[in-house]
Amino acid sequence: LSIVLACLAGLGLGACSVVAWHVLVRRRALGVRQRAARIAFPFTASGLSEPALAAALRIARSEHATLVPVYLAMVPLRLSLECAMPSEADMALPLLETIEQRALRAGVPVDSRIERGRSIRHALAQLTEHERYQRLVIAAAPDAAGDGFTPEDVAWLMSHSEAEVLALRPAAAQNHVGPRPDRPRVAMPA
Amino acid sequence: MPPGRGQLKVFIGMAAGVGKTYRMLQEGQAEAESGRDVVIGYLESHGRADTAAQAKGLETLRRRRVVYRDRPMEEMDLPAIQARRPELCLIDELAHTNAPGVEHQKRYQDVRAVLDDGIDVFSTVNVQHLESLNDQVAQLTGTVVRETIPDDVVAAADEVVLVDLTPEALLARLQAGKVYPPERIPTALNNFFKIENLAALRETALRQVAEGVESKRLVAGHAGNRREGRLAAAVPTAIGERLLALVTLTPRSQRVVRRAWRSSQRLGAELDVLCVRRPGRPARRDENEQLEALRRLCSVLGAHLLIEEAEDVAEAAIRVARQRASTYVLMGTPSPRRGVARLRESLASRLLRGLAGVDVRIVADRTLREDPGTEEER
Repeated sequence: LSIVLACLAGLGLGACSVVAWHVLVRRRALGVRQRAARIAFPFTASGLSEPALAAALRIARSEHATLVPVYLAMVPLRLSLECAMPSEADMALPLLETIEQRALRAGVPVDSRIERGRSIRHALAQLTEHERYQRLVIAAAPDAAGDGFTPEDVAWLMSHSEAEVLALRPAAAQNHVGPRPDRPRVAMPA
Repeated sequence: MPPGRGQLKVFIGMAAGVGKTYRMLQEGQAEAESGRDVVIGYLESHGRADTAAQAKGLETLRRRRVVYRDRPMEEMDLPAIQARRPELCLIDELAHTNAPGVEHQKRYQDVRAVLDDGIDVFSTVNVQHLESLNDQVAQLTGTVVRETIPDDVVAAADEVVLVDLTPEALLARLQAGKVYPPERIPTALNNFFKIENLAALRETALRQVAEGVESKRLVAGHAGNRREGRLAAAVPTAIGERLLALVTLTPRSQRVVRRAWRSSQRLGAELDVLCVRRPGRPARRDENEQLEALRRLCSVLGAHLLIEEAEDVAEAAIRVARQRASTYVLMGTPSPRRGVARLRESLASRLLRGLAGVDVRIVADRTLREDPGTEEER
């Protein structure tokens, strides 16, 4: 009898383990599906807008999406499009690191990118070609000298992107994260 | 190299007209003057008078006539070289594709046969003919080169001599009719021979030769240490630093690459990024996307992306670190191990044990850091 009881207990334990395992796997799968949504956030060295980043993080968190910050690097015509760009990388990496830290504090997963192009639109076209995302958040510049994308770039993106484009107009006074290229990099994390 | 095999010396240049053949003939003349038996196995002077003049006094073997599609063609006569058995044979245009009907499809295969017979060979090649650089050169110049040779042909050469000329000097030579006949000059100037193309090709050639020199120095260093019975396999003898970042196909790995790149910039060192994949396992879509992203990131950073297939990550990493003479290995924070995996030795500890004298750095995972700003942000 004790052997039968032991067998039954073993079977019961096994069944419970299998059920628990399935629940865990399904939860994980659901989590993966939820996280599969991707929100692209392209920016340039001179145009990383604080309100646009905050908005992109809020959207990503509410939609359980992954934020894809994309640094757009401009390649001069005299250089190959595939060439190494250490000076651009020097600019891009601290900015991506800053965004990553903000995103982690906000509980948003991040998958950073650097896209090269001859112009902002070319880099955006490369981004559209290379990356998979459901929404694209960009900062529209309040004026020609402000941070963000020009109205022409925004219009171009809206007509060329298959994903939803959210163009945000940042407040002119407090719209920059990290240093501009011509400013010392005092605010950057280690 | 097996005993009795001939020595190969390759004269490499950025483009036609830099003077590779001329330099090869000059060195051939010097060898002949010093008493060696030198013959010209194949020479393509392209009608250049100074090149033809440089060949004077050297025995030139006859070319072999081959008829292909009713067209008579001339190829190098490999059996004649092997029958003549000189000490040194000069064979121009290493990347040439032979006409069907001769022993080998490519000339570098003929050269290997000559070397196997114990005959030393001097040969010439342009950098755009190297297989691994073919795509890069096509992107730089917009010209696709069809005749290529495997990189290991040049890598295995005993000596590689860069024949260098500034783009301006080469253009001046071209305009003076020293490279092509007059009717071909305008086409050449409008297509391939542009200053930006030549500058990019020159840089590629210089890098290629510098990397070759570096790898030979490192290999020689290892061999020397083995002979002396030191811990050669474990301690790279490179004077400079070289970093190796171990990555997986996840977004977290980008942080490791970024950290490694920062360190490499500070040290003035080269950076290799190694991704080890399991053999025979098809990659998932997200893994392919991550791999492409990693490729682009490495390309922007100027890092070398290496993809290895292996069952054992530590073993592959140790092998690559030794081959590349890495002095630092950087890796991400390992995931917590569960179950029986806890009993196995960790990757970091295996690397430390397998790579004596090499620093192993673990890049911290920011998600694990306690941050006072967390609640505030949320």
